[in-house]
Amino acid sequence: MSSPRDAPRKGMQLSWADPKFRAIIWQIVILGIIGGTIWYLVANTSANLAQRRIATGFEFMGRTAGIPIGEHLIAYDPSINTYGRAFVIGILNTLQVTIIGVVLVTLLGTFVGIASLSGNWLLSRLCRTYVEIMRDIPLLLHLLFWYTMVLGLPILREAIEVLPGVHISNNGVKVPLLDWQPAHSWASLAFIVGLVLVGIARRRATRIQNATGDRPKVWPLAIAALILVPAIIWLGFGAPFHMDIPVKGRFRFEGGGAVSGEMIALLIGLVLYHSAYAAEIVRSGITSVVSGQWEAAGALGLHRPTVLRKIVLPQALRVIIPPMTSTYLGVAKNSSLAVAIGYPDLVAIVNTMLNQTGQAIEGIALIMGVYLTISLTISLFMNWYNARMALVER
Amino acid sequence: MNRLFAGALAAGALLTATAAFAQSGSATIDAIVKRGELNCGVAGNSPMFSLPDSQGVMRGLDADSCRAIAAAILGDAKKTKFIPTTAQNRFTALQSGEVDLLYRSTTWTLGREGNLGAMFASVNFYDGTGFLVKASLKVKSAKELDGATVCVAPGTSTELAVADYFRVHKMKFTPVLIQDLSELQNAYLSGRCDTYSTDSSGLAGFRFQQGPKAVEHILLPDIISKEPLGAMVRKGDDKFFDIVRWTYFATLIAEEYGITQANVDEALKSTVPEIRRLMGLEGDMGKALGVDNKWAYNAIKQTGNFGEGWDRNVTPYGVPRGINNLWNNGGLQYAPPMR
Repeated sequence: MSSPRDAPRKGMQLSWADPKFRAIIWQIVILGIIGGTIWYLVANTSANLAQRRIATGFEFMGRTAGIPIGEHLIAYDPSINTYGRAFVIGILNTLQVTIIGVVLVTLLGTFVGIASLSGNWLLSRLCRTYVEIMRDIPLLLHLLFWYTMVLGLPILREAIEVLPGVHISNNGVKVPLLDWQPAHSWASLAFIVGLVLVGIARRRATRIQNATGDRPKVWPLAIAALILVPAIIWLGFGAPFHMDIPVKGRFRFEGGGAVSGEMIALLIGLVLYHSAYAAEIVRSGITSVVSGQWEAAGALGLHRPTVLRKIVLPQALRVIIPPMTSTYLGVAKNSSLAVAIGYPDLVAIVNTMLNQTGQAIEGIALIMGVYLTISLTISLFMNWYNARMALVER
Repeated sequence: MNRLFAGALAAGALLTATAAFAQSGSATIDAIVKRGELNCGVAGNSPMFSLPDSQGVMRGLDADSCRAIAAAILGDAKKTKFIPTTAQNRFTALQSGEVDLLYRSTTWTLGREGNLGAMFASVNFYDGTGFLVKASLKVKSAKELDGATVCVAPGTSTELAVADYFRVHKMKFTPVLIQDLSELQNAYLSGRCDTYSTDSSGLAGFRFQQGPKAVEHILLPDIISKEPLGAMVRKGDDKFFDIVRWTYFATLIAEEYGITQANVDEALKSTVPEIRRLMGLEGDMGKALGVDNKWAYNAIKQTGNFGEGWDRNVTPYGVPRGINNLWNNGGLQYAPPMR
């Protein structure tokens, strides 16, 4: 067999017969169509806006907002702060729900997915039923249903105290908060440093174990770095410990921390709905691992939980991650249905902004920009994670 | 009637040299005539203003104001298409031309006229923001609401008025903002909010809807803002603006002279100059507006005068006429002379 040989290199010819030339022309034509369409849309819109004397531009972001917002992670006063700050609050509220939602969806979905493959007939049937019911109900109905449930709780004046200082009412959940002192900040910092140290120590221990077969003990360091040092720092500051316990006023609880009824309803709805999909993804991932893996591991004398954790799940992840990315994106985007039940997410706040300023195009552009950024970030992270987990071809 | 009218327009355009006079000179009016229908943006879920009755017919002050304009332009009040809009999408609907005008209990403010490319042609309801509370709360004045949770619709001028009020009185409040009106009212009824705030007319209507349970709710005496509600049209079409504004004035003038839906035909025999101008018997008032000279007659014949509209739509909810009386009756409703 003769060895493969490169085709002779040839310069491009300005002829339709030259595929390279043809390709370039096509690219130019397509780019031109896309560019022209965008230019037409922008020019047409701005001409019409000007003709109708509708205000344009983003100057309104610097104006005093005046719109009240129920929940904000950063300080906000409608009579002082600007639309720009209201917009940031909207982003933070959306991120907050998305992050908590993604974590809960992963945990619940993984549990239900694994449990639905359990040998326990009752447990697996229950999980299958859960999945079927939860994913068959439209998300909006989920939200309205759970919000109605939350509203059905006792009113604030008749709040139930489930634990000392923890009150549940249709306003949400009120919890005592630790009165945060510098001592707590330093102790937390020491704890984080401790975590890093223990991580390093464990890696070293594994290396030594791989080299010599003996694993040096890590736990004495762990106790010292994670418990003793932070505790000493905290004691050194005089051991401040004061709980800020919510006290019932006429209309609201003073002090303590709160989770609003709207956020609870939104999270319950989002998590139940999306965890059903996540469970199916996990189940399909596990089923995709050939049964020979289970049998081989069993033959080595490993327990079922160990097999699942060490052998099956790592292989299943390759199947799980790509569709799971879609589920996470779904959580992020569907959190915008919060509008229906009054949680002040990004869409709710920007909707109000564009309504008060009349600048709908700018508002919608802002919403699209933020969701695009959030979605791309999730996708990038998951693609990176997927690449890390992917089967390494040799 | 409409086709006849359009035919007359076309004929006029052909025959007269001063074609501009015969044509409406308004893109919006021309579009309405061509379509044979007035697209009127309303709330569609607001008692007293626009709410379908058991037959599916839109009832309310705003609905009738729309009909009067359809009668004035097309000669037939039934040629009104009601397009329900939310507090949030109403301005976009107007700007994009989905509706010809908004009669959606929309407050006339500088910001809206300045930024939205729209202007207000009438005030068919002088209103003000109020608070509704449960009687069991034992609140007597809005000044006692420090720390309260307030249910309010997002994107409304109420929202801004409430924020201003609490700031001026150095009080705190937690807003619950829900776009959907029934969800919002649900949140108030379930006790999620201590008070529900919107235009006091809307509160009265909502309280009335509670039937026997109305006594469990109290409308606080404080009115914290001016809310003149009226018709909103796009800027840049002054002729259409004129017809919307003067149809409203015509219903006021009719009330002033005691001309009602029932006796409007007798007014055709009147010798009072202003009534004759109103009825289109002299003065070519309709022509000046770019519509048929019988425009006001049609509007009154088919929808009644302003007071009749009020009695039909608002009085059943127990809301007193108050400042919405005619000017010579101690109110603010005042029409410039028709001459």
